[in-house]
Amino acid sequence: MEIITKNSTANNTSSEINKRIWEILETVPDPEVPVLSVIDLGVVRKVELTQVPTSTCWQVEVFVTPTYTGCPAMDVMKMSIRMALLQQGFTDIIITQVLSPAWTTDWMSDIGKQKLKAYGITPPQYKQAVCTPDSFQQEEAIPCPLCNSYNTRLVSQFGSTACKALYQCNDCKEPFDYFKCH
Amino acid sequence: MMTKQNLIDYTLHLADNALIIGHRNSEWCGHGPILEQDIAISNIALDYIGQARNFYQYAAQLQGNAATEDSLAYLRDVVDFKNCLLVELPNGDWGQTILRQFFFSTYQYFFFQQLQNSLDEQLAAIAEKALKEVTYHVRWSSEWAIRLGDGTEESKQRMLLAVDELWSYTGEMFQEAGYERLAVSEGYGIDLTSIKNSWDAKIKSVFEEATLSLPTVAWMQSGGKEGQHSEHLGFVLGEMQFLQRANPGAEW
Ligand SMILES: [Zn+2]
Repeated sequence: MEIITKNSTANNTSSEINKRIWEILETVPDPEVPVLSVIDLGVVRKVELTQVPTSTCWQVEVFVTPTYTGCPAMDVMKMSIRMALLQQGFTDIIITQVLSPAWTTDWMSDIGKQKLKAYGITPPQYKQAVCTPDSFQQEEAIPCPLCNSYNTRLVSQFGSTACKALYQCNDCKEPFDYFKCH
Repeated sequence: MMTKQNLIDYTLHLADNALIIGHRNSEWCGHGPILEQDIAISNIALDYIGQARNFYQYAAQLQGNAATEDSLAYLRDVVDFKNCLLVELPNGDWGQTILRQFFFSTYQYFFFQQLQNSLDEQLAAIAEKALKEVTYHVRWSSEWAIRLGDGTEESKQRMLLAVDELWSYTGEMFQEAGYERLAVSEGYGIDLTSIKNSWDAKIKSVFEEATLSLPTVAWMQSGGKEGQHSEHLGFVLGEMQFLQRANPGAEW
């Protein structure tokens, strides 16, 4: 009888729990660009729930993909995901890293892109021919996050973190980061 | 078992290449010629440490016996390292570092393009991921090779010296080590002759733009892939492994 009572208090269907986990993950920030959640960034690929036999507990497996191979923020994100789920009462947590298919800026959410711009970082443009190894290729036009002018110039392909390039606006003179295509 | 050991050796070779050139590039951190390029080379170093971690983690998993990415990076000795000689050479001046980067990144670009189709799923996944970053490395290093080669009289002189210094170390990238030959026959390795022509063509076109001429020297150094290293690697490892050896198991 007691077991049944316990079951009824925790009697959420797996789809409800799944929804709740995604809501929790939306509160987990990228430590380097804290306006973005791990969901906005597109690093969480899927969540799998397995009911632990003879108990009311669920095992949660979160599949994450790294943005950049050497991005030190990934370890922090994995730890933050675990902490957030623990705080919400999940105890059986597995975080699995998947490398393929490789992460792309196309997976960043539209809301995430708007948040980035408001934060002063130009969001990734739609992927074009930029990702080829040819030297001195025509740069794509990147808008200034402050005045929206496309009259900007690339200062360096490598910026303050692995995911960013450094630009300057020729009109308002603002130096800014661009979350580069990947 | 033979097969598994070969896959481990092959994976360690890829990991060691990435770790050692990543360490060399990290020596520039805080010493780059201008701030933006200091940041660029440090970012590239970080990409390499990431590549190395992926390969070491995989090798450790294959090896078992409590091997970890850290034990493989910090507790193996010089003769166990399987990196090419090119990546362990001292940085030299900025021109030499740029030229080494261009030679090696171009090699990695064509290598990972093929490795993406490896029968080994994990090697293929790591290659797919790394290729995106390597694409940026090729672009950056080739642009600088052109700027410096076709730059001032001094930058040109320095690039000519760099070519002299490095050229005889480029051949080893395309010389098959025993575990590479076996890896090809087992279906997960890359036939190095299949990427040599693409590498030659890319180097030639960038050298032309940089107004540098290709050396005609045919003699090539080798041995690193089989554990026969220059005296330089011992110093790299001495610095890199010191902390783990003095304080085993130390963590941040
Ligand atoms: Zn502006």
